[in-house]
Amino acid sequence: MRVDRALILHLAVIALLFAMQYVMSPYHQGNLARIMVLATYATGYNILFGYTGLLSLGHALFFAAGMYGAGMTMRYWDFPAIAAFPTGIIAATALAFLIGALALRTTGVAFMIVTLMFAQAGFLTLLYFNEYTRGDEGFVLPQADRAIGMIDLSADDTRFIAAWMIFSVGLLIALAIVRSKAGRVLIAIRENEERTRMLGFNPFPYKLGAVVVSGAFAGAAGAAYALLFGSVGASFASIQYSIEPLLFVLLGGAGVVLGPLVGSILIFYLIDYAREITTAYLIVVGVALVLLILFARKGVLGSIRRRTDGWLP
Amino acid sequence: MDLGPQLMLASLDGAVGAAVLALTALGLSLVFGVMRVVNVAHGEFFMLGAMIAWFVASNIGGHPAIGFVGALIIAPLLVGAIAASADWLILKRLDYEPEATIVATIGLLYILQQGALVTFGPVAQAVEAPFNHRIEIPWFEGSNVGWGLFTTSYKLFVIAAAITILLAVWLLLSRTKMGLVMRATQLDRETAQAFGIPVEKVYALTFGFGAALAALSAVLIVPIQQADYLMGGDPLLLSFIVVIIGGLGSLRGTLIAALLIGMSDGIISVFFTPTLAKIIATLVVAMVLVFRPQGLFGAKAQ
Repeated sequence: MRVDRALILHLAVIALLFAMQYVMSPYHQGNLARIMVLATYATGYNILFGYTGLLSLGHALFFAAGMYGAGMTMRYWDFPAIAAFPTGIIAATALAFLIGALALRTTGVAFMIVTLMFAQAGFLTLLYFNEYTRGDEGFVLPQADRAIGMIDLSADDTRFIAAWMIFSVGLLIALAIVRSKAGRVLIAIRENEERTRMLGFNPFPYKLGAVVVSGAFAGAAGAAYALLFGSVGASFASIQYSIEPLLFVLLGGAGVVLGPLVGSILIFYLIDYAREITTAYLIVVGVALVLLILFARKGVLGSIRRRTDGWLP
Repeated sequence: MDLGPQLMLASLDGAVGAAVLALTALGLSLVFGVMRVVNVAHGEFFMLGAMIAWFVASNIGGHPAIGFVGALIIAPLLVGAIAASADWLILKRLDYEPEATIVATIGLLYILQQGALVTFGPVAQAVEAPFNHRIEIPWFEGSNVGWGLFTTSYKLFVIAAAITILLAVWLLLSRTKMGLVMRATQLDRETAQAFGIPVEKVYALTFGFGAALAALSAVLIVPIQQADYLMGGDPLLLSFIVVIIGGLGSLRGTLIAALLIGMSDGIISVFFTPTLAKIIATLVVAMVLVFRPQGLFGAKAQ
């Protein structure tokens, strides 16, 4: 039997992440939990941007849909955490289907602007219904509610394991998708949409599928963020949260399944470090974007993949 | 106050907003038209113009008019130079590939915004208007004439100045060699190059010019509004809306849309909250792009 190098590598990364909780200080453990949630978001975004070649500037909308889908049902209808989490995912997925169906009528630059505008409208809507959403300052989910059965999701160790589980499942789903036949069609669309059409594939359902899957990932990450870290607010729907997954994916390597994880870790610590030096720490985001797009389009893992005859999916 | 006079005041404020918006959006539209570049950092050039205006005005002593005139000259030149060098250093190297340039200008947005935070600090700053006379406006109600309304001479000056600048830009584009070269580059980059037009220089110039227009409108508005490092968001969003509704790359469409949206923004805000007005506007823009990409008044899509 042929050894499945790619699967072994991904399982090894998952095992390594799990082991990190035993060697890290609580501070870094908390950081890594946050990174894994954001990396889940970016892993889904990678399927759309890295594999399908569609650049969305509005995924914060789906992240926020997951976050509010979980947070609002808990706050107003007393949903238990176990029910609120899938509610968030469903809300984001449905929204992604709707926005995707509309936005995919456009291509290229227009697609970027349409997704940006929809996300901006969503962000403003959260602010407009401030009475219910507490959009401007956000609201905190009470610690007592953030539990599944007896398991308290706000404690350091359980929070880490929950984030790890969500990321692991997301990573394996992403791996399965990009290695499936549908995944190959997505790559074909990225490389040449016309030729893919000529081969007898209708690109639209595949592209819509990519939007919906990435929206579901974003929703899962947003709902997890609300449950694990307790904060819900409109700022998570702002443009900055649409730019972040793009940055993670570009830095780690667009079109490499592990790329977003690498990008999330690097950017998270880069921003964390910059925050200690200056109040203008977001300049890191700007400089990184410009340098990446100028000199390193393939990102870290994309450059490595070129040297390893391309087996890294 | 009654609705009538309130509407009248709103439409006056709307006219001021429309005048400034037209200038800002014209810069964005020009850059998109000539270079096919969607400049997400456009709002930051506006912000830089306002911050530099404050910096210049507060460092030149004497009568506020001296500082204002200084700002009117220095801010657009400086911002234009910054933009032109950003084009030369970044966008040129990307070969103006549409998606890559958007990512690069997003990066530029953060660099300029955070750079302004470091340079000028987080505090919102006010600039004194060069002149600010109170002008009473009569309004009629039945047979009575009321005198409760007033505007300022500076607001009227902003409207007049914006119209003058718009006319100058139009003359520049339609009557000068520089305008001819820009239009030639817009129509067909390769042929222009073959005819010896230094396309790269035209691009840097256009990008700088577009940014300078944003800076200029910021200098005009800053005595009415305050300047701070986060102020770039609104002009960016509004310019985007104007340029898209007016039809991408169509200058005439841009002007009509700026007038329409600037005026209605002032008037709508009498009835709705500004947030609701913005939600409606962004949704309209998204729908226009989805269902009518050539814009509402647009020339044919290219």
